[in-house]
Amino acid sequence: MRAVVPYNDPSPSRLRYRFERLWLKPSVRQLIRLWLPLGAVGLALFTTFNNEAIREAVQLKSTQIYEAVAARPEFQVTQVAFADVSEALQQQILTVTGLELPISSLKLDVVALKRAIETLDAVKSAQVRVLGGGTLEVLTVERDPVVVWRDGDVLRLIDGEGHRVADIARRSARGDLPLIVGLGAELEVAEAMRLLRVASPVTDRIRGLVRVGERRWDLVLDRGQTIMLPEYGAIRALRRVMALHQAEDLLNRDIIIVDMRNGERPVLRLTDEAISELRRLRTEVRGEDA
Amino acid sequence: MTPSLFEMQREMRARREAAVRRGVVAILDIGTSKIACLVLQFAPNVNAEPRGSDAVTVPTMGAFRVVGVGTTRSRGVRFGEIAVMDETERAIRTSVQRAQKMAGLRVDDVIVSFSGGRPRSYGLSGEINVENGEVTERDIGYAMAACDVPPYGENRQPISAMPVSFTLDHQPGLSDPRGQIGNKLAVDMHMLTVNDRVVQNLLHCVRRCDLELAGLSISSFASGLSSLVENEQELGAACIDMGAGTTGISVFIKKQLIYADAVRLGGDHITNDIRQGLQVDSTVAERIKTLHGGVVATGVDDREMIEVPNPMAQWEDERRHISRSELIGVMRPRVEEILEEVRERLDASGFEYLPSQQIVLTGGSSQIQGIDELATRILGRRCRIGKPIRVMGLPQAATGPGFAAAVGLALYASHPQDECWDFEMPADRIGTRNVRRAMRWFRNNW
Repeated sequence: MRAVVPYNDPSPSRLRYRFERLWLKPSVRQLIRLWLPLGAVGLALFTTFNNEAIREAVQLKSTQIYEAVAARPEFQVTQVAFADVSEALQQQILTVTGLELPISSLKLDVVALKRAIETLDAVKSAQVRVLGGGTLEVLTVERDPVVVWRDGDVLRLIDGEGHRVADIARRSARGDLPLIVGLGAELEVAEAMRLLRVASPVTDRIRGLVRVGERRWDLVLDRGQTIMLPEYGAIRALRRVMALHQAEDLLNRDIIIVDMRNGERPVLRLTDEAISELRRLRTEVRGEDA
Repeated sequence: MTPSLFEMQREMRARREAAVRRGVVAILDIGTSKIACLVLQFAPNVNAEPRGSDAVTVPTMGAFRVVGVGTTRSRGVRFGEIAVMDETERAIRTSVQRAQKMAGLRVDDVIVSFSGGRPRSYGLSGEINVENGEVTERDIGYAMAACDVPPYGENRQPISAMPVSFTLDHQPGLSDPRGQIGNKLAVDMHMLTVNDRVVQNLLHCVRRCDLELAGLSISSFASGLSSLVENEQELGAACIDMGAGTTGISVFIKKQLIYADAVRLGGDHITNDIRQGLQVDSTVAERIKTLHGGVVATGVDDREMIEVPNPMAQWEDERRHISRSELIGVMRPRVEEILEEVRERLDASGFEYLPSQQIVLTGGSSQIQGIDELATRILGRRCRIGKPIRVMGLPQAATGPGFAAAVGLALYASHPQDECWDFEMPADRIGTRNVRRAMRWFRNNW
């Protein structure tokens, strides 16, 4: 049998024992493992950046690096490519965005550019993107004018949504578009367009649509004829008038006003000559009878 | 009853409940040869889970799990009592630290068991008239206060005082009379006293390790809790916890401790005998005892030679050989002496009147080969070697009989029994003290 060596049995010193017990406390462990390093790093950062000179130096250095990167040819935008944009609008876009080429694409804020372009009246929506090879592509959807709106002394082109597209100097500049007049007329362009479609049998005679009291329309024809339409059901009323016109040739007669405002009782107003002629004819008939 | 330990027990109970609610409590079994520390983790829903390939379900006693175990050689402990405070403190620190390290948890509250202190049992009885017809907790407290306490000596203190059974109007054997209707309530109580100085030393030693005491028990009681099976506890059985310094005896019936005692003889004495008989070092003697020891000699043992190193050897190869029967011849008288002492104590306890008289041997020294045979012969009853009940998470190395007290203490922590101090005491016993304490509090704060 081997001689048995009396084994030493180590035991922790009181200090070590206390320390281990302290270490087993979750709060203490978290403090030392997490908060103490965080605090140290925080303190180091704070003391470093508390110094004005260091802060400025860091700022300067970072700006320099940024500039150096931004100035690289890979990031240069040298030209603007327009897709489906008219010549005049291109000019407007360049003016409104104030682009100075060449510019670094890092400094280019395409979202702001897009917003700036969309502030133009003639532009409905725009897309701006930087393509490879230093090209800035601008895609726009233009607004199509559908009517001319006489707003006081100004003639405006209005698109289907009532948005202004451009001003024109003379009515004859866009003779192809119908005219609407009156306060608030631009807000009801859609209805106006529908009315004009209904009135297509007399298209060549239409002078324009007048918005009355911001609530109803008058359809003005040549020879001073007016069709007064109700606030509600204007389309139906106009269809009735058109039907009458087809059947009785109404609008070619000596009539000034077709008043459809009261749907139950349409009223016709004749011209003065027509009235006197009517009276004359009536007395004649009565006289013969008498 | 001296108020100090009484008050302390209440305090310890509150602390234990708080610790169990918090989920972590440590068990510290201070023995003569080893100090074991278990860290228990209480969880609200730990279910039994099949462990290993044998798919045996581990019975869950309470809902705790052993998450840390630390065992170390005991130092400075003799006969289960602290002899050298510093050494013991170091040993406790070592085992607690190991257990904490294994568990990864810090423990603050420990439940301590010890084997020394010359425990002495008293059976008390008291009788009162039930106040309102229905037995309340108050009545139980009054009944216990009515027990006449025998003079147990100047330097002794009760360590446990448990109601064993109640009698309500001549109906005996009630375990919980609360809510029952009756006139006369009598209680049989078992009180255990130990040496005051031993307990105070132990408390001081634990406090010096920055630990708070959450319970105190004697190890023979704890061993009985863990190594007696349920119907042994119910029908009557004795647990003999054969430690290194002392041999504890606890007698249970109806799951209550009714007698506890200790013989101040144990495995260390056997080792000592071997040391003297064979002229070897104590470490060698211990080794020979654990490897080759036994108490029943057979013919084969004459031929089985054990090599014994000679401390007086002139050169390396000089060896002695003794036969195993010689070793048994050295060990057997001492074991017989221990068991005879135990028999005397058991006879004094009235063990023979119990319905069942199972005897269970446990503790480190019960691992000596053939001891159950010898014990059966000496004690005159069936004996078996008891290993502690399996608890969740206990490593294999800590499941032997030597850990019976530690495991029993863990069970005690999860299922504490109601003790005398858990009941409300009549005001005439504690009233003046309360008033005085209130006065003091007023004076200190205003």
